[in-house]
Amino acid sequence: MAAALSRENIVGFLARQGILVAFALFIIGFTIANDRFLDPDNVLGVIRSSAILGMMALGVTFVVISGNLDLSVGSMMSFSTIVVLDLHDKIGPTLAIPAMFGMTLALGAFIGFLVGYLKLNSLIVTLGMLSAIHGLTLTYSGGKNMDIDDKAGTWFDVFGQGEIVGIPVPILIFALLAAILGIALAKTPFGRKVYAVGGNGTAATFSGIRRARVVFTCYLISAFCVATAGLIQAGRSLGSQNTVGQGMELEVLAAVILGGASLMGGAGTIFRTVIGVLILGFIQNGLLLVGLQFYVQYVVTWIIIILAVWLDIAGKRGRLWSPIA
Amino acid sequence: MQAGTLANYLRRGAIWGFIVLELIFFSIAGEYLAITDKAFMDAGNMLLLLKQTAPLGIIAMGMTIVMVNGNIDLSVGATFALAAVILLDSLSWPFMEELGDWAIPLAWTFALAAGGVLGAINGLIVWKTGVDAFIVTLGAMLGYRGLVFMYNGEQPTSHLNWTLVDFAEAQFLGIHTATWFLLGVTAVIWWVMNRTVHGRNAYAIGDNREAAVNAGIRVGPHMMINFVIIGFLAALSAVVFYSESGSVNPNDGELYELWVITAVVLGGTKLTGGSGSIVATFGGVLAIQLLRKGLAHIGADTSTVNLVIGLILIAVLFLDKQLNIRAKEELKT
Amino acid sequence: MSGQTPALRLEGIVKTFPGVRALDDVSFDVLPGEVHALMGENGAGKSTLMKVLGGIYQPDAGRIFVGEEPVVMTSPLQAKGLGIVFIHQELSLAEELTVAENVFLGELPRKSFGRVDWARLHARTDEILGKLRVGFDARARVGDLSVANQQMVEIARALTVDAKAVIFDEPTASLTDAEKVVLFDVIADLRRDGVGIIYISHRMEEIFRITDRISVLRDGQHRGTVKTAETDEEAVTQLMIGRKLDLSRNVSHHELGDVALEVRNLSCGELFQDVTFEVRRGEVVGFYGLVGAGRTEIAETLFGLRDPSAGEIRLDGEAVRIHSPHDAIARGISLVPEDRKGQGLVLGMNCRDNMTLPQVDDLKAGPFVADGAEIAIFDQYRDRLDIRTPGWKQQVGNLSGGNQQKIVLGKWLSMHPSVLIVDEPTRGIDVGSKAEIHNLIRDLAAQGYAVIVISSEMPEVLHVSDRIVAMFSGRVNRTFTSDEVTEDNLIQAISGLSNDKVA
Repeated sequence: MAAALSRENIVGFLARQGILVAFALFIIGFTIANDRFLDPDNVLGVIRSSAILGMMALGVTFVVISGNLDLSVGSMMSFSTIVVLDLHDKIGPTLAIPAMFGMTLALGAFIGFLVGYLKLNSLIVTLGMLSAIHGLTLTYSGGKNMDIDDKAGTWFDVFGQGEIVGIPVPILIFALLAAILGIALAKTPFGRKVYAVGGNGTAATFSGIRRARVVFTCYLISAFCVATAGLIQAGRSLGSQNTVGQGMELEVLAAVILGGASLMGGAGTIFRTVIGVLILGFIQNGLLLVGLQFYVQYVVTWIIIILAVWLDIAGKRGRLWSPIA
Repeated sequence: MQAGTLANYLRRGAIWGFIVLELIFFSIAGEYLAITDKAFMDAGNMLLLLKQTAPLGIIAMGMTIVMVNGNIDLSVGATFALAAVILLDSLSWPFMEELGDWAIPLAWTFALAAGGVLGAINGLIVWKTGVDAFIVTLGAMLGYRGLVFMYNGEQPTSHLNWTLVDFAEAQFLGIHTATWFLLGVTAVIWWVMNRTVHGRNAYAIGDNREAAVNAGIRVGPHMMINFVIIGFLAALSAVVFYSESGSVNPNDGELYELWVITAVVLGGTKLTGGSGSIVATFGGVLAIQLLRKGLAHIGADTSTVNLVIGLILIAVLFLDKQLNIRAKEELKT
Repeated sequence: MSGQTPALRLEGIVKTFPGVRALDDVSFDVLPGEVHALMGENGAGKSTLMKVLGGIYQPDAGRIFVGEEPVVMTSPLQAKGLGIVFIHQELSLAEELTVAENVFLGELPRKSFGRVDWARLHARTDEILGKLRVGFDARARVGDLSVANQQMVEIARALTVDAKAVIFDEPTASLTDAEKVVLFDVIADLRRDGVGIIYISHRMEEIFRITDRISVLRDGQHRGTVKTAETDEEAVTQLMIGRKLDLSRNVSHHELGDVALEVRNLSCGELFQDVTFEVRRGEVVGFYGLVGAGRTEIAETLFGLRDPSAGEIRLDGEAVRIHSPHDAIARGISLVPEDRKGQGLVLGMNCRDNMTLPQVDDLKAGPFVADGAEIAIFDQYRDRLDIRTPGWKQQVGNLSGGNQQKIVLGKWLSMHPSVLIVDEPTRGIDVGSKAEIHNLIRDLAAQGYAVIVISSEMPEVLHVSDRIVAMFSGRVNRTFTSDEVTEDNLIQAISGLSNDKVA
């Protein structure tokens, strides 16, 4: 009895805090393996290279907590990057940025309308939009790479390459966005409604919450985050392929799930999503530092995602193995 | 007759109606816009279309059975690539080279077995841990892709075997090898789903899992078998495709999962499980390939194909929803 | 009959859940060829007992015998193998499959290579369907059948095995009278074959028509078994309710105020038609009727969840259109829904957040939710409603049914509604909480709330209501004041019998 109890306790603890434990173990392990790992330059480098994925994950966290999915963020990020680069030379960066945000938000609003107001399945809608936005981007660019003509003469690179008091701008923007969205989700009436809609949409409606409006807003937030990520991406490279965000939708989702957000909706936090993003970033970096190729991280990520979710549900059901016959 | 019957009928026939519309549209539009003089409905063109449908079509058959069962598989693209790498790489192993042409069936076996094993790993995890198939296969999509890279780094894996190429390019009764494989797989999976106890139980599990469990149907093994089937078919798809091309890049097969799911959903299979038909999935993959080819025929580029397919997928979902609404009965929640 | 070995026997069954003793030393048996009614109010332990019999729950103590053999059951399949067959209230059918596939679900006859033996499957199914005299065949798709026919498929399933005991759980809830006759014939056939039948139902008339004995559960305890021929409805009701709960008739103690809600000729498609009634401040109006009579649908329409097809709703004399719950709440209408877990609560959220959910937009300090104000509201209603929870951080899903229901009540009371609609206020909650909730509803009326109570339990309706609206098949059949109403005329009114008596 006592043994069973303690085992349950361990499972329960790992389920609640497993992701932080795993994170700590990774940091310790890599630090021992390579003393450069905790070097401030290295740490900043990791966070900077995670910032784009991270920003997209922030928005997707809202969508997932509200009980939906967003598989279109990768295509949408390519779209924003291409559009802002193109408009940069046509109407100047000052106008290009708001124009790009406006267009990206319009896409987000369209998805939000379909999923929120028309109540269509979000997986299929965003799968369709993944393809449709990719097509839109290719049509816009004519299939060609987009480059800024005068790369030396623009201030636009500040978003991707700038530094303020020694901290790279992408990190500052990521941190700012995470703080604002984290507080919005945890502390505002809107955040409360997001959890309610994802936790039990029917009960939320029965409590007078306008569910469609909440879902719609989540997709707008996701689009805003994508637009910001696109801005950073464009500022970093000052030129881009049409497929720069391709495949990111699933990596973003992996980070969000790793952070503990439930695909059923109603659970997750911005803080934990940031942890999820950092874990992915540090694993990649740590594996490179100990001399492994970048693709080893894919395998490690696979194992970690499944372990994380498995422990989470094992803690909730009180037993390790599933009861499926 | 219940109210739902008409909607069901429309839904089942919809994909073929759509295909007919596509054929009419592209034939007529082709008269004015075509960049070649050939008619769209030219026999050679249609046969080629069927051949090009094969790689995604074969996987889509597996996806249908997995989705009918109430699961999903996002790792098929990576499985496809890994099977291809094993197929081509194994042909250059020393002992295989000594075997001459007998190495071919052996290489096929290795690739197909690898696909089955990868599927089994997914199935076993879904079964034993109870983690949702979406998450398990999302992880596997990354993990299996990682294995592809670990196998041969970022280099393409190539091996051109002329016997293999001849076989893949052969036509029997005017139909390409790849098409025969697609037709064969379609027939076999149709038979499995409609005529065998396993297939009927897979439907029952996707339709009403609790009822199936209470009736003593063992959910786990059925799910596992279906994951093995889709893994095997992803590998078969690779075998058919790479026998001809002879070279695989580690990124090959990316986004296949999304294309395959699009085709299956277009064919009317429900994401929630319990409902779906192999014949309609065949229609789904055909419709997508027709669209690609048709748009190319009238001079549109690939970007339009992506745009149109995405919007059609959403439109189908919208129409399906409209057909299913029983306005008076349902709460406005 | 007394000398026979029972077909199925339970001995001292105990089952506890955290905080609840769901079954407390329950023993009873059913003889071969006997129809044994199992009665009890919602929450009395019937469904737990059924799950023990079905192998879904393992009892903490006690034994189960099939014939002379003690058995341990760990799955529904095993129970079926032992000849214990269930006919569930909630249909457990796969709608996309055919009738035959559903009847032999999990036991499809096989040929070589794992093929289904369709010929045998259809022949055996048609044979069973023939016994049931139904109008559909083995190849029909279940999703295309009416609910009553689906129920018949469920019954057909029970006839595929050599059943020792068949348990019917509210089988007539969705059947027409003609279909009921067929069902009772089937039961008669089973009984002739020496099968023991456990019949669970709330409908006294059926119980007295077809059963041999009646066992009553209350609060998880077996309160007695009586021969049907030697008892009457009142005695059985007494056993079910006990003396703990004061269900005396309501007598108004206070003056009624103005008309708060007035409904004129309201219709909603085929769900209900031409419904007219009014509710005054300080008044409790009870809605009584059978399941499917349209009561809940009226509440949903008033709450903006359905669009009426005709008629008028007036609040404080002003005609209003209510398009959504958001509208309804803004106009002072609140609904405590029937399905507490599905519609009333977000189970994964804590107590406080659930309680303040409808007004979270109004409880602001700057752009943020005002924590202090929220906790104050929670504390106020926790004390007022005597909600037992370790604290506001507790997840609602961990509370007992009674405390959950109080959270929902607190949620709406804290909004100070002018019209409060309570649908099945005490479904599935324990007797103690029941009495508290009844008192609370009376208190609310005394404070000037206009209250609508929808209930399927006659004693409850009689106890809390000032007036009672009896509904039958989507229409208001009669409205009673608490002076006029008797159990007899109320039952007649909800059975559609007293049309001619309506003044």
